[in-house]
This record gives sequence, C-alpha cells and structure tokens, in this order.
Amino acid sequence: MMSSVPLSWYLILSAILFGLGIAGFLFRKNLITVFMSIELMLNAVNLSFVAFSYHLKQVDGHIFTFFVMVVAAAEAAVGLAIILTVFKNRSTLEVDEVDSMKL
Amino acid sequence: MDLILFLIFAIFAVACAINLVIQRHPINSALSLIGVMGALAVLYLLLGGEFIAAAQMIVYAGAIMVLFVFVIMLLNAGAERRSSKSLLVRLLGVPLLGAFFAVLGYTVHRLLPAVDPVRFGEFTGGSPGEFGRVLFTRYLLPFEVTSALILIAILGAVVLARKEID
Repeated sequence: MMSSVPLSWYLILSAILFGLGIAGFLFRKNLITVFMSIELMLNAVNLSFVAFSYHLKQVDGHIFTFFVMVVAAAEAAVGLAIILTVFKNRSTLEVDEVDSMKL
Repeated sequence: MDLILFLIFAIFAVACAINLVIQRHPINSALSLIGVMGALAVLYLLLGGEFIAAAQMIVYAGAIMVLFVFVIMLLNAGAERRSSKSLLVRLLGVPLLGAFFAVLGYTVHRLLPAVDPVRFGEFTGGSPGEFGRVLFTRYLLPFEVTSALILIAILGAVVLARKEID
C-alpha cells in the first residue's frame, strides 16, 4: 500500500498546474509567456486524461491526449506566426500595447 | 517506489510551473515549460502511457518548444516590464492562491476517496501496439481529419509569417 499513489493526487497535480497556467495567462504581459501558459494548461488537462484512462483501464484517454498534442502543435505554429506578424507590425510583445480593438 | 517517483516529479513539475509564471524573461519561462513537460512524461509512464510519454517528449518537449525558443530568439524578446501591482494584490495574492489550491485539493480528494491506487505496470493498454490498434480502427476518421488540420495550420503559418515581397 505504501508504494501506490492515490488517483486523486494525479488529479490534484493536474488542477494545480492548470491553476498556475491560468495565473500566468492572466498576470503575464509578454505575448509569448501568455502563449506558454496556455500550453501549460493543455498539459495539465492531458495529465487528467491519462489518469482517468488508467482508472477506467481503457486507452481512449491516451488517444484524446494524442489529439490534444496534435491540436497544440497546429496551434503553436499558427499562434507563433501571428506573434511574428504582430511584432513585425508593432515592434512590441506587450499585450497591453496591442489594444487597437479595445473600446 | 511509485510514491517516491510521483512525489519527485510532481514537485519538480509544480516548481517548474511556478518558475514559468514568475520569471520575467520569456526564455527562462520556455526552459521551465520544458521541465514541466519532461516531468509529466515520467508521470505518464507511471500511469502506463508508454506511447504518450514518448510522444510528449518528442512532440511537446522537442518540436513545439523548439518552435517557441526559436521565436523567442528570433524576436530577441527582452525581459518584460515590471507591472505595478496594488498593495492588496501583493499581500493577498499568494496566500489566496494557496488557499484556493488547498480547497481544490480537498474537494478532489473527497470526491475520489482512495479509489483504485495507481500501481506501475497494472495497466498496459498504453503500449504502442494497443494504442495503434485503437487509433487506426475506432479513431481512424479523427486521425485522418487531423492530417487536414495540420496541413491547414502549415499553410496558415506560412501565409502569416512570410516576408512581404515589394
């Protein structure tokens, strides 16, 4: 019993990582760091998927994680291209200065 | 052994995640994120996800993070400005976050009372063979749609990031 870990610990770790991702998303000012916080949140959710996959003894959660990775790769490619374009047009990476759509 | 490995890598992941959030320079955040992903790969391995652990290291820690680091280097992103925080935020922010995590952990722990403790090697469905069999039978259509998604993403990235020719 000593050598096993309760499933809930994995879920708590996942929740903590997700919360830290939200904190980074809200409080960071650098566009790239905000983007990395989103990746952290995706990773936290992946951990939940894999933990529940273990609990249900089915591989479906792993496949969902795989698709999340694919979407994250596509998102990173397009998002970083958008960041490049923003930097080219405004020469800044501060989220507060990219506010031309603000009312 | 499971418990020790879990604790080491869970603490490592949380420490790296905290470092990601508090660092001012994006390159430090990127390297911390690689640390989080490596620790999560070990945790996937403990949960029986062999293929996912390998994919996590190759796709996430390898490909995606190289893209991030490359863009950070390319844009020569400097340290971010120190934002002015109110006294309330500075005093209450960290304790409130800790309290929030404590409540969250307590709730999850109550909802799942010691069900099915995780033992390494008890679930072997995540091996590449089993994973591939399910992926190419039941999830074949989503897998094929994924290729179209990747193609569109590549085209979008090229169109967005190309140099304007005068």
